[in-house]
Amino acid sequence: MAVVKLPTQLRAAAGGDGEVRVEGETVGAVLDALYALHAELRDRIADADGTLRRFVNVYVNGDDIRFGDGLKTPVPAGAEVQILPAVAGG
Amino acid sequence: MSPSGAEFIKQIKSEVEEVDPSDVESLLRAGESSNGHGPSPRVAVVDVRESDELVSGKLPGATAIPRGFLESRIEATIPDRSQKVVLYCASGARSALAANTLVRDLGYEDVVSMKGGITLWKDRGYDVEVPFAFTPEQRQRYSRHFLLPEVGEEGQRKLLQAKVLLLGAGGLGSPTALYLAAAGVGTIGIVDDDTVDVSNLQRQVIHSTATLGVAKVDSAEQAIHALNPEVKVVKYQTRLDSSNIMDILEGYDLVVDGVDNFPTRYLLNDASVRLKIPVVSAAILGFEGQLSVFAPYDGPCYRCLFPVPPPAELAPSCGANGVLGVLPGTMGLLQATEVMKLVMGTGTPLIGRLLMYDALEATTTELKVRRDPECPICSRPPEDIAPEEMGVFPDYEAFCAAAG
Repeated sequence: MAVVKLPTQLRAAAGGDGEVRVEGETVGAVLDALYALHAELRDRIADADGTLRRFVNVYVNGDDIRFGDGLKTPVPAGAEVQILPAVAGG
Repeated sequence: MSPSGAEFIKQIKSEVEEVDPSDVESLLRAGESSNGHGPSPRVAVVDVRESDELVSGKLPGATAIPRGFLESRIEATIPDRSQKVVLYCASGARSALAANTLVRDLGYEDVVSMKGGITLWKDRGYDVEVPFAFTPEQRQRYSRHFLLPEVGEEGQRKLLQAKVLLLGAGGLGSPTALYLAAAGVGTIGIVDDDTVDVSNLQRQVIHSTATLGVAKVDSAEQAIHALNPEVKVVKYQTRLDSSNIMDILEGYDLVVDGVDNFPTRYLLNDASVRLKIPVVSAAILGFEGQLSVFAPYDGPCYRCLFPVPPPAELAPSCGANGVLGVLPGTMGLLQATEVMKLVMGTGTPLIGRLLMYDALEATTTELKVRRDPECPICSRPPEDIAPEEMGVFPDYEAFCAAAG
């Protein structure tokens, strides 16, 4: 079980939830489980072919998966998976 | 019969070599042109006045050794007895006595005393170096800083000498500007082309109902000076763009990014990497804030974190969005805190880390930000970043326009 943490601008697409608990041993599997619960999120996070959109960062326990193994990055049990899109409000 | 004091000094003066301030001035200038900075090592200038006499300034590059400490300290400063030494005091009497001591008792070979002392030097209009000293008002105003060993006199001096540029006098810039001014940051530049609107006042606390309709840079300046009149405020009532960013940024020690749109954030990143100026960056939306410090070449840059901005339909900054009134206060003051730490060289700055704050949940999350070896900007030397590529990314302006 991993805890996916969603930023403000993605919460509406997840029924208002800021945290979603899903199963999955890799980032790809966790995200697929997330999309199964909230289909609208897929489009916000991934391109049509399933790869992450370039302006969305994903962190497993604080580490950016771009510098890990991408979608194949392992997600340990209980890990926090943070979705982080760029924000420019000031 | 023993001579009077005045007679004794007169006698000593006739025995030591005296030079005019103009001779010393040309010696110093010759030294500057030979090595580029400070007097030539062949000429050592020593100020023999008491330390409380130094507050109004000394000769550039002079070493202060009060006459009472001359014999005990001179060797540490001038070990070579053949070196040319220029001594001076307020009017030329004590330096003559000191010169006599150096030659007669300590064996220095080439010692001169400056006639008329620093009084005559100043009358001639030559440069003096004024050592840093706090005024009594500053000692009281910043007394709570002096009590902290991590700040102290050194930290406060650095704050007073710091030049910090704030991009935007809006939600984030308001609290940052106020607290940096209160803390004594010497020069605060503010870039903002907007005027104060009543809808700003829910969070932009540097402005007030009394300054509605006033340019934000002017309104901010009034508030800063009401709080701390000695802060120098430099106003840029303009929008930051590729034509002016290099001129505006140049000369600042730090930039505080509180801008409300992606194109300017990317432009700022590229220019700050080019100029190697650290950026303390925050962004807010709704109940959430992000904070990080981008220190060019010491840590990642904004493009290492977000290689491309989101398209406009997914970038909430393109339109008007809600924000909890206190959130920019929280995030702006975290920025101000990072600015003060960087200026003073104290603590661990938020370089290579991103702090997320969720006000609704009262939680913080820290994420690692790595330098991207393939970063289009900071993987290259600064001089290779061309002006025409700064702030450029695919089709963003078009996206924004399409989103209205």
